[in-house]
Amino acid sequence: MNPSLTFKAGVHDVLPTVFGYIGVGLAFGIVAHTSHLSLLVVAGLSFIVYAGSAQFIITSMLLLHDPLSAIFISTFLVNSRMILMSTSLAQYFRHESLTRNLLIGSLVTDETFALAMNKQNKTNGKLSFAWQSAANVVAYLVWGIATIVGAVLGGLITNPERFGFDFALTAMFIGLVYLQLISDRHLGLSLQLMVMLFVALIYYFMIGIMSQNFALLVATVTGCLFGMEMKKCR
Amino acid sequence: MSMSLTELWTILGCGLVTILSRALPFAFVKSLTMPAWLINFLSFVPITIMTALCCQSLFIANPGHLATLNIANCLAAIPATIAGVLTKSLLMVVVVGIMAMAVLRYFSIG
Repeated sequence: MNPSLTFKAGVHDVLPTVFGYIGVGLAFGIVAHTSHLSLLVVAGLSFIVYAGSAQFIITSMLLLHDPLSAIFISTFLVNSRMILMSTSLAQYFRHESLTRNLLIGSLVTDETFALAMNKQNKTNGKLSFAWQSAANVVAYLVWGIATIVGAVLGGLITNPERFGFDFALTAMFIGLVYLQLISDRHLGLSLQLMVMLFVALIYYFMIGIMSQNFALLVATVTGCLFGMEMKKCR
Repeated sequence: MSMSLTELWTILGCGLVTILSRALPFAFVKSLTMPAWLINFLSFVPITIMTALCCQSLFIANPGHLATLNIANCLAAIPATIAGVLTKSLLMVVVVGIMAMAVLRYFSIG
């Protein structure tokens, strides 16, 4: 990755992350197909919602016939990390127009955010609209196309459970939580491990007395409050 | 090729929720600053929500009783985690996880 901030440099820099999009995108397409979603719904989720892990949640909640309000709240909770990422990334584009800020913001993902943070280490804290847009648009198109290809392939595979594809979602969250654990230097390893243990315990006890989605909400919010308290104690 | 009304509302509603979460902070940062406590709270959201999402797959809910372990998912999670530690690649975690689950299913374990 060189310091160039042109559109072309953006396309070049985003290519290594594209493999991740293809892998998880294919998995999502296959999972969506086995959950009886049509190609049109898969395309709608990928191109309009465009939210990796949230798309898996939405798919499973549609399958369980959960109420719309619960689906919206879960989507907001899963994506609430975007508020934090966008808030951090936006600091680099304050000099750009509001329209350009909204354009960048509407396509930010975990990966393009991480890529941008990596890039600004090499450009003395500078990012450009052209570079960020190139990374965002390539990621957006690759994700959408990979999910649709996955959904088509899913139709050719008669019994995808036999091949373990239903585990892709769980595996992705395990991967994401591990990468978060080792890369968030702001919070650090020991604090994050304590918070993880706390969340797991709360979730374990809560699913006996409330719905899984509500338990997820309670475990997340109390986990954040617990983390804030533990950070104060250090 | 079909879409039910529920699916249409889900896509439009979740699309709106997601784009607002992504784009509104850019509008806010241009004009005002977020309170420190909120930034502090939000900094714990990624680790807590991802942990809770993992737990959702690893535990089986038994309403009125304590939860039990989803044995197959827990077993497949072991090689998936090892793949993550060794490669730090999301793709490898997903591929190894899927393969591990396929092997477990082949031998009808879990």
